[in-house]
Amino acid sequence: MQITSALPIAKMVGSNRVVLGTGIVHVTGDAKLAPADEKELRRKLVQQALDALQSDKRQ
Amino acid sequence: MRVAHYLNQFFGGVGAEEHAGKGLEIHQSAVGPGRLLEQLLGGEARVVLTFVCGDNFAVEHQDELTAAVLEKLSSHSVDLFVAGPCFDAGRYGMAAGALCHAVQAKFNIPAIAAMSEENPGGDLYRDALYIIDSGTSTAKMRDVLSKMAKLTQKLIANEPIGSPAEEGYLRRGWLRDQLVEKTAATRLVDMLMAKMTGAPFESEMPATAFAPVPMPAAINDISKAKVMLITDGGLVPRGNPDRIEGTAATRWGSYSIAGRDDLRAEDYEVSHGGYDTRFVQEDPDRLVPLDALREMEKNGVIGKLADEFISTCGRSNPLSNTRRLGREMAEKIKQDGVDAVILTST
Repeated sequence: MQITSALPIAKMVGSNRVVLGTGIVHVTGDAKLAPADEKELRRKLVQQALDALQSDKRQ
Repeated sequence: MRVAHYLNQFFGGVGAEEHAGKGLEIHQSAVGPGRLLEQLLGGEARVVLTFVCGDNFAVEHQDELTAAVLEKLSSHSVDLFVAGPCFDAGRYGMAAGALCHAVQAKFNIPAIAAMSEENPGGDLYRDALYIIDSGTSTAKMRDVLSKMAKLTQKLIANEPIGSPAEEGYLRRGWLRDQLVEKTAATRLVDMLMAKMTGAPFESEMPATAFAPVPMPAAINDISKAKVMLITDGGLVPRGNPDRIEGTAATRWGSYSIAGRDDLRAEDYEVSHGGYDTRFVQEDPDRLVPLDALREMEKNGVIGKLADEFISTCGRSNPLSNTRRLGREMAEKIKQDGVDAVILTST
């Protein structure tokens, strides 16, 4: 599966399982957040990624 | 003109799929389609060597096959190497492309193949070779061979080669200057008008087409799975030991994260010329989320995190190159017994 903020590219090349990242410059982070909140955000993204891997739904 | 020709087991007259495992056979004359090729090339053209190999053998032992063909050719001076036509036979196309590519590079003689546009060999080698578009129907054998012969004669005589549409070869991705009557603006509006009215027109910028990728099956139980992190965002250990280029990367690297809970800024740098890398430099977990995934490994959410992450730079890279990188990574992933990959892309 792929975590990316460049969704049109993922679609164009035919990625089957995509989770939207939080920006091209920090796909699994957010420099605007406090460190604890940023880590929480990253946990959520990774959990979504794991959910996508366990699903047969194209997303 | 002395010609060498490559055929698979089917066109080489050995037999159908049950003979796909057969190794290389060498004949000193034309076989099957080679006879027609000889005629179409005309004049003094003689097929002096025909290589016949089973499709499975050719793909499973590609290096061995290539070495054997190159060795034979080095003791028989030939002026031309021809492979196929392969139509939509994928393994045949892969072998034909690989052999033409190797022969062209080693002996500096024209090498030409023919296959359909969808053949994986076409995808892989169209940049490097002239590959006549054979379509998928073997009934077009004569037509395809005659296009191959025509293009070959031009290559040998060093005559200018026309466009893919004129000569019938697969687009090689080349740009060539051309004098035209109308400015770009006029051509653009003409095309747009044609599109609006449903009239035929030919784009000057054909979009790259991507064949659909079959969706891999879901992981049944992620708490038993081995998960690997991969990124195309260019994260590399400080000093960039594999010298992964920040644009059009030709390499990838795999880097140990065994025993680490977090990627520290001082250990890494970013080799990528396509985005503002400061945020990732500050905290590499923003690109390769090791901290979060390590926690999940410790909590039993996933079975195991792979001991290495893979990285390359995905920027302005020809498809022929990125496809090779992808295949090489896939081999490592298989070898390492990885069940699932999270790819983070910038």
